[in-house]
Amino acid sequence: MRVNWKSYNPGKFHDELISSPGYARKPSRKLASYLRSLTHEELLQKKTAAELAIKTMGISFTVYSDAGNIDREWPMDIIPRLISGSEWDQTSLGLEQRLRALNCFIHDLYNDQKILKDKVVPSELIFDSGNFRKQCVGIKPKFDVWAHICGTDLIKGDDGQFYVLEDNLRVPSGVSYMLENRRVTKRVFPELFEDNLDIRPVTEYPSQLLDMLSSLSPRNVKSPEVVVLTPGIYNSAYFEHSFLAQRMGAQLVEGGDLVVEDDKVYMRTIGGLSQVDVVYRRIDDLFLDPRAFNKDSVLGVPGLFSAWVKGNVALANAPGAGVADDKIIYTYVPQIIKYYLDEDPIIPNVPSYLCIDKKQRDHVLKNLDKLVVKPANESGGYGMLIGPQASRKELQEFARRIKANPRNYMAQPLISLSTVPILGERSVEPRHVDLRPFILQSDRSYVTAGGLTRVAMVKGSYVVNSSQGGGSKDTWIIGDT
Amino acid sequence: MLLSRVAERVYWQARYLERVENTARLLNVFSTLLMDLPKGTKLGWHSLVEITGTEAVFAERYKQHSERNVFKFLLSERNGYSILDNLALARENARTTREIMPTEAFELINNLYYLGKENAEKAVARGPRHEFLEGLIADCQQITGLLSGTMSRDEAYSFFRLGRSLERADMTTRTVDVGSGNLLQPLQEEHQAQSEAAHVPFENILWMNVLRSQSAYQMYRQHVRERVRGEDVVRFLMQNEQFPRATAHNLTTLTKVLGKLPNSSKVKWQVDRARRQVNNGDIAKLLEKGLLGYIDELQKAIASIHFKIADTWFLH
Repeated sequence: MRVNWKSYNPGKFHDELISSPGYARKPSRKLASYLRSLTHEELLQKKTAAELAIKTMGISFTVYSDAGNIDREWPMDIIPRLISGSEWDQTSLGLEQRLRALNCFIHDLYNDQKILKDKVVPSELIFDSGNFRKQCVGIKPKFDVWAHICGTDLIKGDDGQFYVLEDNLRVPSGVSYMLENRRVTKRVFPELFEDNLDIRPVTEYPSQLLDMLSSLSPRNVKSPEVVVLTPGIYNSAYFEHSFLAQRMGAQLVEGGDLVVEDDKVYMRTIGGLSQVDVVYRRIDDLFLDPRAFNKDSVLGVPGLFSAWVKGNVALANAPGAGVADDKIIYTYVPQIIKYYLDEDPIIPNVPSYLCIDKKQRDHVLKNLDKLVVKPANESGGYGMLIGPQASRKELQEFARRIKANPRNYMAQPLISLSTVPILGERSVEPRHVDLRPFILQSDRSYVTAGGLTRVAMVKGSYVVNSSQGGGSKDTWIIGDT
Repeated sequence: MLLSRVAERVYWQARYLERVENTARLLNVFSTLLMDLPKGTKLGWHSLVEITGTEAVFAERYKQHSERNVFKFLLSERNGYSILDNLALARENARTTREIMPTEAFELINNLYYLGKENAEKAVARGPRHEFLEGLIADCQQITGLLSGTMSRDEAYSFFRLGRSLERADMTTRTVDVGSGNLLQPLQEEHQAQSEAAHVPFENILWMNVLRSQSAYQMYRQHVRERVRGEDVVRFLMQNEQFPRATAHNLTTLTKVLGKLPNSSKVKWQVDRARRQVNNGDIAKLLEKGLLGYIDELQKAIASIHFKIADTWFLH
């Protein structure tokens, strides 16, 4: 049996591959007809081949509740997701713009605090935030940049436009899977890469990352010592830490490999101590340095923070950068862009209601069953309420929480995420997706060609997180011919 | 410069992988010996447990030293010593040092682990055993070949070689132990005389198989142009400088590798001591009263090399 695009029906949702049953959108036509040239059995064989490749290549991730099984094979659907080149170019500009503005904002918060004095952002939102690090006040990192690596989550709504769902400015992960998904697709669909679809390569990222990190080096040396600091093998993103270190040719270090002497950072090598210039840290702020933050941290390096303050080592991202990625600050990003850059945002936010504002809060409480409520500071989709799918009890519980701590909550209408086809057991079926591109910034900016597409593999579900049963897809930015 | 932690993991990865290969070789040669057994005797399977130095753990789990128990113990059981567990340990160490070795090397080690996981238990039975073990040996050789063909001769590679050579030196002494040990047991008391008479031709077969277990038979033949004799075999496997699985060769390799590493003088002193011990052994004399003492001393010397390596370069 062959793929029948006429019986593929995403219903009321915006589907990225077809415009109506049986009709592929222009950029997707070649892919749709290629898929139709194969039988379902052939597609399933390719799926098996992909799963085998993933196992062989050791592409894994970790689920914390999964005792005794520390690495699981990465879930990937083989049908790629397509985005047209011109659409992506515009989106890239928007992503760069956003990160530039956010970096101005963070730098301002830890230095002059002009935006607070001008009352564009209420200061209590900052000082009550768990992410504002007093220890960072007065520090001026190189290029005034704090968030060097950002993963911004985008979704497409009913109108087929990209919206920003959230910014991740701490230790965003997923980029290794973007790169590995491409490697798997090349093994599975080599034909498509010959078929002049003009697919933009993604392989540049590790070199771009290394260049960016090297540019942060405080010492003026030809090849600065760049290290990736990982919490270790039990961390859910360990695969990625190791992968990026490997691709950059950087050392992968754990806390115990580093030592600080005279406010300089060294790593313990077989030839003795050797100085480190740039730390790409994949450990949260609070665990970075037991002397500066959480005293009980065994993952961190005592004295690392003060070495950074003294300007003897670069940390990416800088401690304290997370102050700009909480979900309440998110609602202010359009104003932040306007304030610092005097530009209009290229990519819109999803409309949001702030519970700290009485009028907006009343609206939220009245419409709780229609809204998605998010706490300021959770990630991975935890601690969220999806109103339309929630029970009466859950709604009551969230109403109570919002009233008790309004600063901690914001709400958004439930956006109908766009769909793309996945390969099901019997046919291709529509599933909801989001997209996480990665943006780098030092003295210049870089955006990945596409990003990591995450898929809610369960029919009708919006939950795309791999820790909660989500899958992924290779994402193709293709020529507009 | 290489991180101490990475040096340690690379070193252990090489040791575990080499241990897999050598255990597979041992099990394979024992299984082949079976077929040449003189009438009225059986193999002392317990020797296998002794050679691998796992008597205590084995005794906790089994009463009978039957073929099945011994193979289960050394092949597929999750006891920390089996081939399967050594594969898992090699893979775990490879997984934590992926960033310094060629991607394909990790893929091979990873695949080998899955191959072991899926087949080790089946290979306890005699039928599929040979193919499985031969496959393992070939795959281990492939990994060694890949590393030697694609990895820069940097410090990480030096630690691969340290781990591999030390493990090989150690395992070769253990294999030689097989040949000299009390391998044959009479089935019943009344067969005693008969079995002792059968020993003489069997000894040659035994030594031939010891050579084969190290892929050394042909090389030995080219080197020693006489019929296979225990004395020559032991001398070849212990003292030959040219054969890559011989203990002396591996100790010499260690010396060469040490020349490329910083702060290596104390380790080198330890290696030199072990080399003298190997080379000064008068094999003919030793064989008369049994090799056991000589090999014991050597194994201790090899262990001291390991401790000195850990002391010099690894994290404490």
